[in-house]
Amino acid sequence: MSVPRFWRKQIARYNLVGTHCKKCDDYFYPPRNMCPACRREGEIEDYKFSGKGEVVTFTVIHTAAEGFENQTPYVLGIIKLEEGPSLTSQIICDAKDVKIGMKVKPVFRKLGQAGERGMIYYGTKFVPELEVADKC
Amino acid sequence: MRDVAIIGVKNTKFGELWDRSFRDVVVEAGVGAVSDAGVVGEKIDAMFVGNMSGGQFVEQEHIGALIADYSGLAKDIHVPSTRVEAACASGGLALRQGIYSVASGMDDIVIAAGAEKMTDVPSPKASSALAAAADREWEGIMGATFPGLYAMIARMHMHKYGTTSEQLAQVAVKNHQNGQHNPIAQYKSPITVESVLKSIMVADPLHIFDCSPITDGASAVVLAPADVAHEYTDTPIYVKATAQASDTIALHDRRDITTLDASVAAGKRAYEMAKMQPKDINLVEVHDCFTIAEICAIEDLGFAKKGEGGIVTQNGETAIGGRIPVNTSGGLKSCGHPVGATGVKQAVEIVEQLRGEAGKRQVDGAEVGMTHNVGGSGATAVVHIFSRNR
Repeated sequence: MSVPRFWRKQIARYNLVGTHCKKCDDYFYPPRNMCPACRREGEIEDYKFSGKGEVVTFTVIHTAAEGFENQTPYVLGIIKLEEGPSLTSQIICDAKDVKIGMKVKPVFRKLGQAGERGMIYYGTKFVPELEVADKC
Repeated sequence: MRDVAIIGVKNTKFGELWDRSFRDVVVEAGVGAVSDAGVVGEKIDAMFVGNMSGGQFVEQEHIGALIADYSGLAKDIHVPSTRVEAACASGGLALRQGIYSVASGMDDIVIAAGAEKMTDVPSPKASSALAAAADREWEGIMGATFPGLYAMIARMHMHKYGTTSEQLAQVAVKNHQNGQHNPIAQYKSPITVESVLKSIMVADPLHIFDCSPITDGASAVVLAPADVAHEYTDTPIYVKATAQASDTIALHDRRDITTLDASVAAGKRAYEMAKMQPKDINLVEVHDCFTIAEICAIEDLGFAKKGEGGIVTQNGETAIGGRIPVNTSGGLKSCGHPVGATGVKQAVEIVEQLRGEAGKRQVDGAEVGMTHNVGGSGATAVVHIFSRNR
């Protein structure tokens, strides 16, 4: 991903900042400029999520996406945040420990790198909220 | 709006066609369909071409003009040619645009084609191009792959409804069973549930035999107003419905991870337009890019109750000879999945079935068939219904 394309959403990725529509009280992560429910009537403001959430579904990826080869196998999941929105992220834990419904919390991690000498992407991954988290 | 009919069809061979170029396969499909219809170039009013990622797979854009040129439709007769893109639903959407142009009365004879040349690049590059059909900024950057996204659908389906890996495998087994009788299919070898389950894991719970392959190929159909279709062919196949729907680009934003709401909406619109119900459909080509996708599709289109797609498959209800034959062509799984071509290829299969020309995979007495073409993890769905009878 190009530097500007990543940089534009850096704050959102680093700090789990999304948006909130004051009109319908819906929360969005990734952030949206327009509320998909209220559309032009909506009132969007920035919102920082606590990051507490649970695993909706997950997979263990054995054939990696380009640039993720050295992380294989990795756990990828959909996490539902307590405010409502869901997002896709890696879950850092042993593949056999992850379960649907498992409570997770966010951690700041390296996501990847643009080639050998390119920019390093950082962002939010998730770890199990309970005791396993201490080992990660 | 005018009624529209398909008067000519052609698929190229699907597979790893290293000795043939993008333009080679497109010309073969286009010329084949036009020959099948008995149409001359001067009669063609317009052309629509489904292509997902020419820019990434063959570093070629401006696909519409390229194809018109190499089909001999550019020089002197200057046939307008438009590329249509909706990820893996590009072909279905090109067909839909062609139907629109004839139905509107603006054009009479129209070619709808689809093509993709995926094996000219190494498979990691192909996978990366395909990943562009998902949300690159919020799924791709986290390491999501297409098998990974569908694996998360599969995991949820198993969790909610008790669907098993064996039932998923059964989809692949059935589609290979059908594909062995399809001369254009990429894979003609039958497989077993055991061989699917033993194949390497790509994204848990999906094995490599749960996934459609990387494929080259092209497909084309010729459309005409229904009123004049009999001037060209004794067996015109009529378009009873064309429907399309959109959903969120990212899987994580869906209402229900196990339901492709775009498929449900497109299916509903198609049934309304054709004034039909699922029970009126004799066979269906669904978008089985992964085995779980077929299970979701038959549920979303009303051929199985929600959650029962696996059981219905296991019971043989979707096999040829069963209650509702699904993917008689071999589907994306066995026939191959040249992403931009697939939606048109599905229509070619239905036309061959409704004409009674499908050989060993023929569904007896097929009168009405449906196609279902999905882009990405379900952000676009295109559904068509075709009939022997106007």
